[in-house]
Amino acid sequence: MSRLPVKKTYKLYVGGEFPRSESGRTYEAQGANVARASRKDVRDAVRAARGALPKWAGMTAYNRGQVLYRIAEMMEARRSEFAELCSGAKEVDRAIDRFVWYAGWADKLGQILGSSNPVAGPYFNFTIPEPTGVVGVVAPDEPPLAGFVSRVAPAIVGGNATVVLASETSPLAAVELAEVLASSDVPGGVVNVLTGNRDELAPVLAGHMDVNALDIGGADGQSEELERLAADNVKRVVRGLPDAESPWEIASFLELKTVWHPIGV
Amino acid sequence: MTDLERKQDRAPVPSSWEYAPAPEARDLVQLRDRYGLFIGGDWIEPKETYETIDPSTEAPLAQVGQATPEEIDVAVKAARDAFENGWSTISPTERAKYLFRIARILQERSREFAVLESLNGGKPIRESRDVDLPLAAAHFFYYAGWADKLEYAFPNRKPRPLGVAGQIIPWNFPLLMLAWKIAPALAAGNTVVLKPAETTPLSALHFCDVLRQAELPPGVVNIVTGDGRAGAEIVKHPGVDKIAFTGSTDVGKAIQRELAGTGKRLTLELGGKAANVIFDDAALDQAVEGIVNGIYFNQGHVCCAGSRLLVQESIYEPVVEKLKRRLVTLRVGDPLDKNTDVGAINSRQQLDKIAELVAAGEEEGAEIYQPPCRLPEKGYWFVPTVFTNVAQSYRIAQEEIFGPVLSVLTFRTPDEAVEKANNTPYGLSAGVWTEKGSRILAMAQKLRAGVIWANTYNRFDPASPFGGYKESGFGREGGRHGLEPYLDFE
Repeated sequence: MSRLPVKKTYKLYVGGEFPRSESGRTYEAQGANVARASRKDVRDAVRAARGALPKWAGMTAYNRGQVLYRIAEMMEARRSEFAELCSGAKEVDRAIDRFVWYAGWADKLGQILGSSNPVAGPYFNFTIPEPTGVVGVVAPDEPPLAGFVSRVAPAIVGGNATVVLASETSPLAAVELAEVLASSDVPGGVVNVLTGNRDELAPVLAGHMDVNALDIGGADGQSEELERLAADNVKRVVRGLPDAESPWEIASFLELKTVWHPIGV
Repeated sequence: MTDLERKQDRAPVPSSWEYAPAPEARDLVQLRDRYGLFIGGDWIEPKETYETIDPSTEAPLAQVGQATPEEIDVAVKAARDAFENGWSTISPTERAKYLFRIARILQERSREFAVLESLNGGKPIRESRDVDLPLAAAHFFYYAGWADKLEYAFPNRKPRPLGVAGQIIPWNFPLLMLAWKIAPALAAGNTVVLKPAETTPLSALHFCDVLRQAELPPGVVNIVTGDGRAGAEIVKHPGVDKIAFTGSTDVGKAIQRELAGTGKRLTLELGGKAANVIFDDAALDQAVEGIVNGIYFNQGHVCCAGSRLLVQESIYEPVVEKLKRRLVTLRVGDPLDKNTDVGAINSRQQLDKIAELVAAGEEEGAEIYQPPCRLPEKGYWFVPTVFTNVAQSYRIAQEEIFGPVLSVLTFRTPDEAVEKANNTPYGLSAGVWTEKGSRILAMAQKLRAGVIWANTYNRFDPASPFGGYKESGFGREGGRHGLEPYLDFE
């Protein structure tokens, strides 16, 4: 008699845990039943992200870099699973290498994006990049894995915490990645992954008053509405590219702080 | 008690002390009766006009244009034309030289502009002379040098200009904000349509003479005047590639909404409710001077004003006492008098807003202190005000007043100071006063604001990026970072 396979229940990833949607809803995608998050799930995820922020932002850059590298290590171990959930092995390799690439940026950002400023007065004046806070990410539908990684890695390497709406049509790679994140060293709440209906969820994220920046890279026809909602608390709006890697992608999730430190005896 | 302390503890300087008036010569400025719109290098006779006044006397100064949508359209087209036919392709070194020229002419004509700024805006001549003008000129000088070095500012990114920048500036530092906007825009190779604030158009209009003197090609900078309607037309105009706005958070949000889905670039420099944090080891007299400069500078019409004073509980009494004593010595009056510390409120509308919030502060239960002070009969004035016993929930601790009104709160531990300081939707600036360098840096790290001043306040420099976190806006002005909003990259 052949063995009955143990099938996975695809759940949300919020605050380091895997809850079902509080609404109890699911939808079908990629031949599986996937959790269909509700507005309340979005709000819970924002709260989890806000809670995770101080620890993540307060880590040393070296440490954050290592945590990102660890994600790549864990992904590498699941290459074949990932390959089945996205466009294939090439996309998986690209996603893994992208985490490695961003991992190396953690402790270089300040040197590339900051400055010391020669002001006319007895002050040591310098500008440093800092995380902007909670970033809402509307991940692109395609590519489902590399798209997710391309939007999330630059946000978290700078010390932000994220709430990510995964690809609506192909959400399984994102759920798989959530399992990787849960078993790596990323503190719970730094990346929260929601699956479900983008038209329903993205506006809640865009209008949320405790979200500081919004990446609408995967928003398609919804962009205008989301941008308008983002203005309610002057969110930084990032029109992220679905499959790019660049330090300027990181910069768009950072604030610049300028300090005037007195020089004197 | 040391001898010095005893001396400092003497009774306050009597407010009856008289200074002989020391007015700056008003005839340094030749005002015209009527100003046009500066479009394509020419003065265009406006269809509609309004009167601009001296807020310290309410006396009319001149008629200026209220730009109509058609006139804004002509200005945008002039800017587009100048961008496409010359300015974006001119050698960057030549571009730099125009900016250097502007800086030099401003330095040369600084007395005239200082008077104009005080006349139309109400700010003390001491400030327009020593702060606004030198900084405006320095800003042009600083960005002039960047014009032909953009590839070094952004290596491997192939920087190129955006096109036409629409710029809308506030009334608190009219010429300085113009410099903050125009200098980086031109250095990056853009052309400009700029609208000064409704109440303070004159320095921007006189600046057009500077542009002509510098022989800047026609259409590279166009100045259109008017109220918010004219600003809204600039924001909406499809021929504008980028909007840079400095002003209130409400208007900033409206602009962000308006631009949704257009792909136009946007930078916003909005309001603030900055905390000025005084620790018990601070040099108190120096700190008190800093508090006064932080909130009464330019009548408190400063987006980064230190409007919430956070005093460590152990030094609350001496700080408040010294502060009150210092307030008695502030001279409120004629903006053109060189002795004046606090000038006129910029407009009737602003005066009403300040009065409304101060009334709310008294009603909510805060204790008000205003030094004895005789205000001129005409014009818009407000006595420098301190509120003590302020709870964090009071409107005067939450809302931007944009006037000479300070709210005093207390804290016990550095963590409490950080929590209170950050407890606001704004995040433009903050001040820290302590003799301990490591504490300065620890606080600087934790305060969520774009500019942190330590043992100083309200200090600006063209090399130093300025701009906010959270609802204080996004984008930076000043420094290398200030070029970025005006450039496109590969």
